[in-house]
Amino acid sequence: MARFEEVGPRSPIIESTRVDLVHPRARLGVTIRAIVAIVIVAIMLFPVVWLALTTIKTRPDAVAVPPKFIPYFPDGLLSDWCMVPQLNKDGTPKLDKNGQPVLKERAECFDVTLEGIVGLFFERRTLTPAQQKQYMESPEFGWADRILLKRGLVITGPSDFVNRFRNSLIIAGTSTVLAVAFGLLAAYAFSRWDIKGKPDFLFFILSTRMLPPVVVTIPIFLMYRQLGIYDTHIGMILLYTVFNLSLSVWLLKGFLDEIPKEYEEAALVDGYSRMQAFRKVVLPQAATGIAATTVFCLIFAWNEYAFSLMLTSDVARTMPPAIASTQGAGGLEWAIIATASMLFLIPVVVITFALRQHLLRGVTFGAIRQ
Amino acid sequence: MTATTALQAEKVAQRRQVRRISDKTIQTAFILPTMMLLILWNIFPLFYSLYLSFTEYSVITGTPPRWVGFENYRNILSDPLIWKYFALTGRFALLSVGLQTIIGFVMAMIVRAKFRGSGFITTLILIPMMLSPVVVGKFWAMIYNPTFGPLNYLLGMPPPRGPDWLANPQFALWAVVLVDVWMWSPFVMLLCLSGLKAIPEYLYEAAAIDRASAWFQFWRITLPQVAPLLMIAILFRTIEAFKQFDVVMGLTGGGPGDATELVAVKLYRIAFLGRFDTGIASAFAYIVLIIIVAISNLYIRYLNRLRGEA
Repeated sequence: MARFEEVGPRSPIIESTRVDLVHPRARLGVTIRAIVAIVIVAIMLFPVVWLALTTIKTRPDAVAVPPKFIPYFPDGLLSDWCMVPQLNKDGTPKLDKNGQPVLKERAECFDVTLEGIVGLFFERRTLTPAQQKQYMESPEFGWADRILLKRGLVITGPSDFVNRFRNSLIIAGTSTVLAVAFGLLAAYAFSRWDIKGKPDFLFFILSTRMLPPVVVTIPIFLMYRQLGIYDTHIGMILLYTVFNLSLSVWLLKGFLDEIPKEYEEAALVDGYSRMQAFRKVVLPQAATGIAATTVFCLIFAWNEYAFSLMLTSDVARTMPPAIASTQGAGGLEWAIIATASMLFLIPVVVITFALRQHLLRGVTFGAIRQ
Repeated sequence: MTATTALQAEKVAQRRQVRRISDKTIQTAFILPTMMLLILWNIFPLFYSLYLSFTEYSVITGTPPRWVGFENYRNILSDPLIWKYFALTGRFALLSVGLQTIIGFVMAMIVRAKFRGSGFITTLILIPMMLSPVVVGKFWAMIYNPTFGPLNYLLGMPPPRGPDWLANPQFALWAVVLVDVWMWSPFVMLLCLSGLKAIPEYLYEAAAIDRASAWFQFWRITLPQVAPLLMIAILFRTIEAFKQFDVVMGLTGGGPGDATELVAVKLYRIAFLGRFDTGIASAFAYIVLIIIVAISNLYIRYLNRLRGEA
């Protein structure tokens, strides 16, 4: 009569103690997998590590040939290894006037500098060598100024980085919350009731994801100009909310489909109203799905480039187009671009790590049937 | 038992409807915000650009759109270059989605086993997809750089021996594919993992009792159980591959020549560079949209059939 087993989405996974899994050979298999997994992580993260290394390089070191991989602090960490005595032609160490060996940097090494981070927060101007010398002797400059002075630059004022970063936080944060909230409501309705033309609705919602951004940009640009919300936070928040809704509805519907209807029905019998049942029964059950959806929506809104490029100019401009257009005088300032990218990456990584327990169980698209 | 509970619930619910908000109202209230937003931000732009696709119009000139009928569509469809770009995009989608699927699935099979720190390692693998595509494009261009880039150096080809990956028409598309695969294999892995985690253990226990080989277990249990989620991953990645824009712009800008001129890049070029041909761009966009919708429809049909059988 009743179903054989009613397993809710949050029921614990029962560990089995199968003989074939505790056998030494099976254990060895797990060790090998762990090693392979670590190798994969190393390969996958190499570009990110390169990004991180670039943040602490000077401008010439960033584009040095051959590339430099090992950071050291002058007179500190790793400097013993990185500074090697220079050799004469006959193989003896070269000595200076005081009889001390002359040291030189290994080709793989670069000394750590904070040029990138200072350059990111401040606007800079190039000095003539005479000015540089004069400024270096002046005591009124702080440590940040001195880092740039060494490279012949002077700080002229704060950069717009803080402003762009705040825009990203406001726009991506708010739109993620809205997309998940609206998506949850719609997904619940689609999951629990037979709505006329449901498959068509759902396909329509998905199809909004298929539009190349360039297609909708022109009409939206014209519309925003008419409404006066071009280059405003509210305009970007609504736009990102809409573009996340399709993913949010699909992900959450898949997840809600797996929560047995009977839970709410029992709650309804117990005298809860539909809204109470939704709030007190469904919401706690859906926490995992909501967490996973939040991560995906955040990643999209946080990193979106094309819309922001075409629909903002200054007030609401977010980080991605700002990073893309970072240029220095005569060539790219890789350290600054890298620092901006790393700082920009941190919030998403933190949130993903905080919610990582939910990521696996939360992404089902309703494809898992009990 | 379930049936009676449901019936009771229905009765109770009906009794309550007098005092409380009815289900119908809730239904409407729940769906309305989503629908309103989608209609305003998607239906309106869609119809507007449909109209523009039949006109000669440019956003930068002040002149109003001039109706030209199907001329834009005729021009695009009779241009052999456009077909070349479609073929290129198809090849790009096939290569990158194919590789992502294989690599993502293999990675999922490896980190599937629980060992100390496996959750942490899984999350570390996800980091590439958290990066902004623009940043990814820009930084990979640096990594590929034939003089100061670390890739050729690590491959043991210091300058001037190493190839310039992005400037060589033979390699450029592969270079873009590699970056796309690097960035999005983790996504496929994540979806595969959630499929793998949901496979009931008793299936494997039964197979172990029957002394079924590991190969047999893979083909008969693992693969069919993961297939629906794998298909969803492929669906989303295929849609994205046809829209691929940010990374290509960061890496090659469509070059060298037109070796990596994907349709989204071409679309951008028509719409926002040169003459700002909004009319032609809209028509072109519609053709792209129709192709994506057709492919997605095929996928979803197949997916539904898979689910029906599972």
